[in-house]
Amino acid sequence: MKPTLAVFKLASCDGCQLTLLDCEDELLTLAGEVEISHFLEASSSVAGGPYDLTLVEGSVTTAGDAERIRAIRAASRHLVTIGACATAGGIQALRNFADVDAYRRVVYAHPEYIDTLATSTPVSAHVDVDFELRGCPIDKRQLIEVLTAFLAGRKPNVPNHSVCFECKRRGTVCVTVAHGTPCLGPVTRAGCGALCPAYRRGCFGCFGPSGSVNLPALVPVLRRDGLDEGDVQRFLHTFNATAFDEELSP
Amino acid sequence: MSVTAAPALLDRDGLNALVSALVAQGRTVIGPTVRDGAIVLAELDSADALPFGWGVELDAGRYRLVRREDGAAFAHSAGPQSWKNFLHPARERLWSAERTPEGDVSFTPQEPAVPSYAFLGVRPCDLRAIAIQGRVLTGGRHADGGYAGRRERALIVAVECTEPGAACFCVSTGGGPAVDPGYDLALTEVDGRFLVRVGSDEGAALLEQVPHRGAGPDVEESARAAVDSARERMGRALPPVDLRALMGASLTAERWDDVAARCLTCGNCTMVCPTCFCTTTEEVTDLTGDHTERWQRWDSCFDLDFSYLHGGPVRSSPRSRYRQWLTHKLGTWHDQFGTSGCVGCGRCIAWCPAGIDITEEVAALDTERAARGTETD
Repeated sequence: MKPTLAVFKLASCDGCQLTLLDCEDELLTLAGEVEISHFLEASSSVAGGPYDLTLVEGSVTTAGDAERIRAIRAASRHLVTIGACATAGGIQALRNFADVDAYRRVVYAHPEYIDTLATSTPVSAHVDVDFELRGCPIDKRQLIEVLTAFLAGRKPNVPNHSVCFECKRRGTVCVTVAHGTPCLGPVTRAGCGALCPAYRRGCFGCFGPSGSVNLPALVPVLRRDGLDEGDVQRFLHTFNATAFDEELSP
Repeated sequence: MSVTAAPALLDRDGLNALVSALVAQGRTVIGPTVRDGAIVLAELDSADALPFGWGVELDAGRYRLVRREDGAAFAHSAGPQSWKNFLHPARERLWSAERTPEGDVSFTPQEPAVPSYAFLGVRPCDLRAIAIQGRVLTGGRHADGGYAGRRERALIVAVECTEPGAACFCVSTGGGPAVDPGYDLALTEVDGRFLVRVGSDEGAALLEQVPHRGAGPDVEESARAAVDSARERMGRALPPVDLRALMGASLTAERWDDVAARCLTCGNCTMVCPTCFCTTTEEVTDLTGDHTERWQRWDSCFDLDFSYLHGGPVRSSPRSRYRQWLTHKLGTWHDQFGTSGCVGCGRCIAWCPAGIDITEEVAALDTERAARGTETD
């Protein structure tokens, strides 16, 4: 019997599960190796659990999410979270630094309709997670690697090191050193293939902190390259705001 | 023309003819060229792609291209790559294996890619770095066949250094701006022309195909003066002490905490270093599990996983990783390979985003050792 695969989402934009559909060259092979039991973005035909491997995107932002993720965990032999929302709370975790009630009153004509938690939290804050795949969105090749590793019963080969490794490997000229462009590459986890610096832009950290990160040491570098205190905070407060914030004051 | 012949002189047309001759030999000519705001090493179709009229302005963590009025082609230093990018590539497949439906597994070794390179514009520091890395990768019992093949086939046109950068300190590592043996041809740029010395029979044969004339004593004197002047203009220097002894005496130094507070552990220094050689291997399997490949890729002692043994990394703190890099480079490299691992090219200084300066760190360690000595007296 083929192992079963399920894909679920919490608070998210669907981009990470879309990455699975983007694996066009590998999809047929994958469908030959696993039984896709639950993947609403691909098919309305769903089968119940338990599932051998479950991918979850999105963060927990409501009491309902918190309940659902416990049910998903209970129905999953292996639970892998995918993307910045599921692994770090996502862009919606900016609420963690703000007054959610004030937001609710300003944004919605009928704030009383909105039922939400005060924070956006990663799945790992609620249930045990077997592996976290980072990125906003995740990288297609890394997703295939995670699925391949699961099928082979081995640990995924997903590096912990910085984006700088990937820039140097592909021969990209350092945008910080040669152009004075603020870049989060030295503190950000590799995985995207160093996409932004290849287009002469600074890394904006969508894969979150690397496995070995010294974020306080980057702050003076960002200041040197023209960011003021507020700019630095805004630079860090995007898709992985809470993860970078923890690194700022370890 | 032979190895012992008097130096020749090439003008710019001669340099063009040299590159054309190398291309005509079927060689992949690699040399400096301007790309993305830096002087990188890349394949050259002609000498016109050389960075004529470009220099660099360097500082710790800072590299900027600047225009030069003299139109010089080789008046730049500490680019983001070194020749190891070609001799010791960042990624290389070692072997692949297939599993048949019957369950048998067959292995296929990967024949290493051994292009016929010509390296144009190898600076004296980098020629020393090639020799050091060659000893590491081919000197022991388990020679890297791919590296050996690429090095063996490569033709080297060195260029003496007449314009050291602000990050340069080769003189204090025992080197200097004059070229050591190991080249096929060596150029010295003098007022838009190139003094040529022959270092091998292959170099001699190549020069024969290129229009040139005798250099004459005046040009030779100018070339010598330019190189001598470069020796006096090093931007930086390591302290003039026994560095191996200093590293050995500094294992518990407080300075490691100071540098660790600034070190991003991003690994840039090791990847731009022309002698850093560490690699790891990765298994790449496909979804079916019937096909697998083993790839070798650059690794770095700044990567947490580099020292991962059962249960965790041996060098988990940034302090221990920076210390490992520096004490190996300047200290235990001697024990392992008979020389220092540093040629003073300055790349690790210029390309560290945080601007950590190896010469400053070593000087601080020296000062700390001296202070400790005073305390115990």
